[in-house]
Amino acid sequence: MFSINPFAALSATLSPAVMQAYVVVMFLLVVAGTLFEVVHKGSARYFFENMRKSKAKGARPLGGGELVSIAVQTAVVDVLASGEFCNMRRRIAHLLGMYGFVLYVLATAVLVFDAAAGAIWAQLWWLGGLMVIVSGTWFWFFIRVDVAAEGRSPFRVMKADLFILSMLASATLGLAWAWAQAKGSPGSLVMFGLYILATTVLFAGVPWSKFAHMFFKPAAAFEKRVTRADGTAENLPTQTRDDPEQQKRHSMELLQNAPMDMGLGIKREAPRHY
Amino acid sequence: MPTFVYMTRCDGCGHCVDICPSDIMHIDKTYRRAYNIEPNMCWECYSCVKACPQHAIDVRGYADFAPLGHSVRVHRDEEKGTIAWRIKFRNGTEKNFLSPITTKPWGQAIPKLAEVPAPSKEMRDGELLYNEPKWIRMDDGGLHTLESAGLKMKKGVAY
Repeated sequence: MFSINPFAALSATLSPAVMQAYVVVMFLLVVAGTLFEVVHKGSARYFFENMRKSKAKGARPLGGGELVSIAVQTAVVDVLASGEFCNMRRRIAHLLGMYGFVLYVLATAVLVFDAAAGAIWAQLWWLGGLMVIVSGTWFWFFIRVDVAAEGRSPFRVMKADLFILSMLASATLGLAWAWAQAKGSPGSLVMFGLYILATTVLFAGVPWSKFAHMFFKPAAAFEKRVTRADGTAENLPTQTRDDPEQQKRHSMELLQNAPMDMGLGIKREAPRHY
Repeated sequence: MPTFVYMTRCDGCGHCVDICPSDIMHIDKTYRRAYNIEPNMCWECYSCVKACPQHAIDVRGYADFAPLGHSVRVHRDEEKGTIAWRIKFRNGTEKNFLSPITTKPWGQAIPKLAEVPAPSKEMRDGELLYNEPKWIRMDDGGLHTLESAGLKMKKGVAY
């Protein structure tokens, strides 16, 4: 079951050309939705305005090499390793979900466009879908702040949940359809219909969901690193105890023999305020 | 000067909700980001500003006495045991401070008060406070001063 291309098995009922057209339409919807959001929310204008303002504040100009290095750090730490999360559970769930979703979408495209794709792609499709389901369910029932910290019901649904719920529904119904189809269950076509519905909501809902965060979050992380490098640092303090010059300060006398890592204080306890 | 949250920075971790002594930092039910539910009741203690791991909270100045252009931002670094402040004045002056918030690793130097013998009736009726005179060491060559500790008062800094 895990090595069979579920879309090839469906081709008797639905033409591969229709499936391929659907994938292309979904891709175009994401592009159009993201562009619409960028214009509507003015996020690109905000980003460039901030760059201009920081230059006006007398920031140290950064060279091309430095910018490339910052871009690489952003890509490796903030994007590929979800470095901006300070809560480890959220970070792990995000990494699982992110890589799961990438695998799931990529494998879907390969399986739809190449009916003879190797068994590995079908296995990656299952693996990606399962990763999305595990991370999404974990996040939904145990990690998100209004359940974990505020004690609210996990079944309270808001518009802000459009992305996570449609992604979770797409992966769950997709795998359920493939499973039902492999077992020869008569309900597999109903499952397929629901899977397509959830997937369409996921990709067509970009302007109303947080789908576009995968584009603007890296831009924000890059900007944050640039401000730190040019000294403006969003007006945040830049002096630290690591700097030997700062260790000579009168105020640092009490910490002369103290270890550089004092462990965690208030952050030892996860917030849980109900 | 009540606090406010930069919604694009906040990730809804809830540290500010836990730390707020007025219990006015809450998580918005719709957006799942923190916000100050009652700015009038904020006494500008900066607890949430210091506790926020994303630096998503700032303190707004009242328009009549803190005109635009100033900035007071803080970074509380638990691992390093320091707190750093960066103050920007409207005229461009900038001041940076770096101070200790602990001198020993967190959670290791907790006084074991349960093991301390209870005070006698005489101590209860006396004028001295807990652990006086031991901790001010009046019985150990007089009150300890900066001078006796080998420290000097420096301009602008008093410890």
